[in-house]
Amino acid sequence: MTVAVKNLKLALPPGGDRTHAVDDVSFELSAGKILCVVGESGSGKSMCAHALMGLLPDAVTAESGEILFEGKNLVSLSPAEWLALRGRGIAMVFQEPMTALNPLMRIGEQIAEMFEAHGLLTPKERQQKALALIREVGLPDPERAVRAYPHQLSGGQRQRAMIAMALALEPAVLVADEPTTALDVTTQAQILKLIRDLQRRRNMAVMFITHDFGVVAEIADRVVVLQHGKVVEQGTADDVLLRAQHPYSRALLAAVPTLQPPQRASLLDRSKAVEVVGLGKTYVSGGGWFRSERRVQAAKDVSFDIFRGETLGLVGESGSGKSSVARLVMRLIEPDAGSVRIGDVDLTRIGGRALREQRRRIQMVFQDPFASLNPRRKVGNIITDGPIAHGVDPAAARKRAGELLSLVGLNASAMERFPHEFSGGQRQRIGIARALALDPEILVADEAVSALDVSVQAQVLDLLEDLKARLGLSMLFITHDLRVAAQICDRIAVMQHGAIVELKSAALLFAAPEHAYTRELLSAVPGQTLSSKAA
Amino acid sequence: MISFIAQRIAKAVIVLLALVVLNFFLIRMAPGDPAVVMAGEAGAGDQLFIAQLREKFGLDRPLPVQLFLYVKGILSLDLGFSFRQQMPVSKLILDRLPATLLLTGTAFAISLAFGILFGALAARFAGTWADTAITIAALIFYATPLFWVALMAILLFSVTMDWLPSFGYETVGAGYTGLAHVLDVAAHLILPATTIGLFFMATYARMTRASMLEVNRLDFVKTARAKGLSDAVIQRRHVLRNALLPVVTLAGLQAGTLVGGAVLTETVFAWPGIGRLMYEALLQRDYNLLLGVFVVCSAMVLAFNLITDLVYRSVDPRIEFAS
Repeated sequence: MTVAVKNLKLALPPGGDRTHAVDDVSFELSAGKILCVVGESGSGKSMCAHALMGLLPDAVTAESGEILFEGKNLVSLSPAEWLALRGRGIAMVFQEPMTALNPLMRIGEQIAEMFEAHGLLTPKERQQKALALIREVGLPDPERAVRAYPHQLSGGQRQRAMIAMALALEPAVLVADEPTTALDVTTQAQILKLIRDLQRRRNMAVMFITHDFGVVAEIADRVVVLQHGKVVEQGTADDVLLRAQHPYSRALLAAVPTLQPPQRASLLDRSKAVEVVGLGKTYVSGGGWFRSERRVQAAKDVSFDIFRGETLGLVGESGSGKSSVARLVMRLIEPDAGSVRIGDVDLTRIGGRALREQRRRIQMVFQDPFASLNPRRKVGNIITDGPIAHGVDPAAARKRAGELLSLVGLNASAMERFPHEFSGGQRQRIGIARALALDPEILVADEAVSALDVSVQAQVLDLLEDLKARLGLSMLFITHDLRVAAQICDRIAVMQHGAIVELKSAALLFAAPEHAYTRELLSAVPGQTLSSKAA
Repeated sequence: MISFIAQRIAKAVIVLLALVVLNFFLIRMAPGDPAVVMAGEAGAGDQLFIAQLREKFGLDRPLPVQLFLYVKGILSLDLGFSFRQQMPVSKLILDRLPATLLLTGTAFAISLAFGILFGALAARFAGTWADTAITIAALIFYATPLFWVALMAILLFSVTMDWLPSFGYETVGAGYTGLAHVLDVAAHLILPATTIGLFFMATYARMTRASMLEVNRLDFVKTARAKGLSDAVIQRRHVLRNALLPVVTLAGLQAGTLVGGAVLTETVFAWPGIGRLMYEALLQRDYNLLLGVFVVCSAMVLAFNLITDLVYRSVDPRIEFAS
């Protein structure tokens, strides 16, 4: 046993919604084993990780319990002892590779800093070690990577650099806080493999924080399930994944969408709600008086139909152009080519008043429930703004807003409150109510459930499904998560480099993927062993 | 890199010419006629004399012709002739430019060095008495008019305590040479440079403080802590460097305007620089001199903007030269 956490209690400042971030938590980390700490947002899993590094926020204090490592109780460590321990005994990898590296320092320098912080090696040796580490974590072109700045690397490459940094001093324990959450599914698969390989090679103890049971199934030896700061279940990976005892663990596991799409009747005989033909969009950046242009093709000859009552999924990795297509369909950006027909109107050919008039027919639900609602306006205003702009009597609009709020599962009293008073899931419901306020025929959902916890995600997906059936909506559903797509979409279009490479019914796509890229995406989805084991 | 600088200079020249044209018309729209002012000073108010003066200065020609001749002169780096002072404008300006550059350069260096230092200290000890003291002092210097600070400084340090000279560039008639001369100029420099410096120091201190507190919340600072780096190293290497980016932008914008913006301070301290030259030219309706000062000030602003861009690109690797 490398680390023993015993009855750890972390107190939150008074006045919060609970007194303890972590309440009487015990677990052990063993050399050569990966412990996954699973829970939803607010479960206290990140706090556990930060406690192990002595990086708790000032307001959070260890009230009781102990963290034993190499014969010391970390809870009572002095600041100087922490400096010596951090990075050397226990190292950490963070969630956001985009922001976790200093943008002004070269990758090599940032890795070399690990040795410098602990007064090890000469500057030259540090550089050589940095290069060796970069090789070990499999960054392409190591000589260049050492000299690169973070912005010159992709998200996955930066996460590799972070891991190289964490491994520099050969720590006994690696704490990884959601290290793959911000990555594309294929990159995630690679990083998971890297962490597993390195952990075996170096016989490290790993504490892996995640909210994703698919990831747990891929990587865990043991699992701890946290709810509201308490351990509700703990055991070997198989015990927890296949024979979960606690209702919360079971509920979490049940909420994980699987790759098996439910049976759905074909809707292809219905009339078309949206007809997209040959959409093209190229972003041009730079290009001034003397500068050369940089071109990115976000949409290449994209064509699809959405039938009435149908949900068409648009899946792909970041940069594949799926969000650009959503914005083109909404005509939030101007296409270079192609047309978007809603009924008998071509959205790309009209402008001014006529376009504004038509906009009510197609509405959008955005990804980030925190950024997509104006924080200075009450929910009631947020929902009624659209209808009032389209000439609906304010009193009638408010009455309708109340109905919509109860339709999406919120109390009508929410009208008088501000967005910050709601949770992420509730805000997403408000976002949906706002979109529905204009009685649209088509809903465009751009990663609408990606920022939500899995149990909330399941609820919002159910809500969308229910609303679609009740209101006869058609939906363009954009997601990077194939499991989500499998659950909600009738047909799925796979995008790569701005083009649709495969478009077929969900059942067919998962049963018989044709395109190489589709297959690659499918095989990278974590947790497939889980569903096959469970079956 | 070279092509970037070349294109920026080309753009700057075009902007400068546009400014010259604009200034040319602005001056002529202002009330007052230099010939009338000069004739009045000479004690002769008759129309013939005024007409002769006008002809001599070329003021009798149609406006477009005057503009054409002026722009033509500028393009060959000829800023014209000051009829009031009977000297080429460029000579007048070149005589005064070093004094202004010395004053504003010193003020700029003081304000940047101490502004960043105090800002960093305030951020480091945010919420303590040191932070409160620095923040309040910065607010006071930021809010107080420059000329008032100048007058109070003279009252305190020159009149009451008699530590420092109150006006001028050097002690007139003392004939110091070598080190004595340097020290004499330095003594004259302290009050005006500090007066200007205090105001800008307050700006930079406030900005550095806010920016550092913001950077302190970023993820990579947590990464640095997770490495086991000491707080001092984290603040200096990771936080301060990132926090200085907006300060560099602001300082660059202000550096250019400082050259022409020292009018008040130069006037109060009788500092023989461009600011006072401009003030005198304005009172005397010395068109060519005034325009010349404007051209030089505009060129300074453009030059400092270019320098800022270059500095910025060297401190922030995310900005690349598009070539």
